[in-house]
Order: sequence, then structure tokens, then C-alpha cells
Amino acid sequence: MRITQGTFSFLPDLTDAEIAAQIDYALRQGWAISVEHTDDPHPRNVYWEMWGMPMFDLKDAAGAMLEVNACRKAFPDQYVKVNAFDSAQGWESTRLSFIVNRPAHEPGFRVVRQEGPERTVRYTIESYAVDRPEGSRY
Amino acid sequence: MLLAMTAPTTEQSSAPETIDLAALARETKIHEVLEELDRELVGLAPVKARIRDIAALLLVDRGRRLVGLPAEPPSLHMCFTGNPGTGKTTVALRMAEILHRLGYVRKGHLVAVTRDDLVGQYIGHTAPKTREVLKKAMGGVLFIDEAYYLYRPENERDYGQEAIEILLQVMENQRDDLVVILAGYKNRMDTFFQSNPGMASRIAHHIDFPDYSAEELYAIGQLMLAKMGYRLAPDAEAVMREYIARRITQPHFANARSIRNALDRARLRQASRLFATSDRPVGRDDLANIAAADIRASRVFNA
Repeated sequence: MRITQGTFSFLPDLTDAEIAAQIDYALRQGWAISVEHTDDPHPRNVYWEMWGMPMFDLKDAAGAMLEVNACRKAFPDQYVKVNAFDSAQGWESTRLSFIVNRPAHEPGFRVVRQEGPERTVRYTIESYAVDRPEGSRY
Repeated sequence: MLLAMTAPTTEQSSAPETIDLAALARETKIHEVLEELDRELVGLAPVKARIRDIAALLLVDRGRRLVGLPAEPPSLHMCFTGNPGTGKTTVALRMAEILHRLGYVRKGHLVAVTRDDLVGQYIGHTAPKTREVLKKAMGGVLFIDEAYYLYRPENERDYGQEAIEILLQVMENQRDDLVVILAGYKNRMDTFFQSNPGMASRIAHHIDFPDYSAEELYAIGQLMLAKMGYRLAPDAEAVMREYIARRITQPHFANARSIRNALDRARLRQASRLFATSDRPVGRDDLANIAAADIRASRVFNA
């Protein structure tokens, strides 16, 4: 099951040229680009591993693409996303975040039911990928 | 000028047969930059000639693409050699703008660095540091001042070599993403290239900046003063020429930089001279004029 997180996630995967164009847009807005990766696809997993430091003072997307490609090469079977951070007062948060790499096979999620007191049932989801330990999921 | 070109056989039937290079030049406004270069940079004839050549090449390449001929982007990494104060940094700034106008670099900014910005202090520090700088320079021009310091032959464990290797790799693989300009004194750059043949072979343009003549230095001084809103008083002009003639022969002469320093000191003396005149109100002319005495007071005349 293809996971849909962040911007553009309902579109077909972006090409490198499209990714570079989006990064260029973010740089024009004065946002700082960072690259992150993870092998835990849970939607509530907001803390992805950082790939290097966030890149401040970039002028051109080529520099960020260098890191995107390096991260993809190191983790071809993980999710990789590009974040654009806006440091302007009042925002001070991520303005744009999109997935640029995903595993070849995404096994999807199952529903987990937990019996509570008095016949209540709690529902949650769990990815089939996380059955295996971290680092060997995809 | 209309340059007629016949398009290659079958492909690109929609491509035009002729292309108006003059119109193309107008479109990129390249003449404005070149004229500005002529106006604001005194002397430097060989440098200007080479910049014109490069501009022409890039323009013709653009024309070739328009008529459907293959136009492989040329390698534009450069090396500026010359004595201190001959305008290497200034020209590098202009170069970034020219290359941007001609569409060779995408953003046209200049990142000026020295050894300290590229080379780290401990093992494993250099690569990320160099890469960081390269990333910032992408889409523009990376200007490495005094590039020969990157290579320290006396210390074989110096991290400079690592920075050079990363530079070489990016210079080769990402030629369309950034232009690297190395700058430094002639003889030391020559030694640097001898010990780094890989670097020498990847740099296509070696541009030597000649020293300025006394007349050129005088013109540069006038330009600097005009930019700061000052002018030489009529009697100061001859003194200024004499100052330049004397200063050239003295040690630590740094061409235009020495002139700028001399003018800065003349401004100081002018200011204290005006500060001391309390007998009459100071007029507009007084404030703008550098008098003969302001230059005459220099220690250059005592030697």
C-alpha cells in the first residue's frame, strides 16, 4: 500500500527535475532545506533520521539534490523526504515536506484491536513492515 | 551581424536556418555588462579580451542550440593569477554576473572562500566542510582566493589534499552546476599546479592579471574618489601622480589596493584639516576636495 504523507503524496512520484523545481521554489521563499529518512512508515512517526545538517544559505537546488541523491544511494529501501523550514517569525516551522524516495514494496498496515474494560475495543494501525527489527524492514 | 548557418540534414526541421546573433546579444544584455567592465575597470586588456572571448563563445553556443546544432557546455573553470591588488576578486564578481546573463550559471552569485573555509581541523572534518561550501556555491561561482594554500607539501598529512580531491570531483561531475575560479600569485599558483596536475588539467582558462601602469593607477584613483564622492583639487593632481610614481618603487606595493589605502589616509587628513579650520564656515567644495597637502603629508614623500 502506497503511503501518502506530506505534500504531493497523491501525485505520481516526482521526477528529479520536479524535485529540483520544488526545492528551488522553497529556496526562493528563503526556506532552509533538509533531508530525512526512515524505515518506519507509521503516519504518527514524525521523528525521521536526519541526513546531515539542514542546509542554510543555499542559492540553488543542485546543492540540495546532491544530498537527496546521496541519501537515496545510502538508503535505497527507505522513505526519504525533503523538508523546507521557514524561520520567519510567526512561522518557525516546516512549510513544505514531501517524500522523494520510497521502498520498492510497501506492505501496508493492519488494524490492531485492543480489548478494553467493559467490552470497549481500541483500534490502532500497525505497519507490516515493523514486524521486523529496525534496519531490516524493507 | 547575421550569421548564416545550415542546419544538419533531417532532424530539427522546425529549427531556423539563420540566427541573429546581434539580437541574441541584445536579449541577454551582455553588451551592457561588457561596457560596464570597460568603464569601471581600468587597464587589464588581456583579461577583458579573454572575457569577451568567453562571452562570444557562450553566445554562439546559444545560437548553435537554437538552430539545432549540438552545443556541449564548455568547461569554464578559471585560474586568475596576478600580483596583489590587480583586480582578481572584482573581475570574479563580474564574471559571475556575465555567466549568469549568458545563462551558463543559474543564479549568478559569488561565494568567496579561502583555505580556512574548505579545510577542517581534524580527521573527517574536511569533507563535510568542503561539501557545504560547494553546495552553497552551486548555481553560481566559487572563488577560492590564494588557492595554493590548499596544498601544503611540507605536511603530508595536511587535510588540504582531501579538499582538493573533493573539489576536483565536483569540478568534473557538476560542470553545469558551478564554476570554480582559483586565484593567487603567479609563481605560487604555478607550483600549486605542478604538484596537482589533476587540477591544472581541469582548468581551461588561465588568465594573468598584469600590473597597472602609473597612468592606469591614476585613473583608478580618480574612479575610486568619484565613487566615494570626492575629487582631487586642481593642484593635488600633480601631487597624486608624483605619489603614485614614488609608491610603485617602494616595497609592499599592492597596485589598486595601495591606491585605495592612500586615498583613505588622504581622507583622514582632509577630515582633520577641515576639523581644525575654525576661522570660516566649511563649504561644499572644501568637503569634496582632497587638497595637495593631504597627499603631500604621506610618508611616501619622506623616503
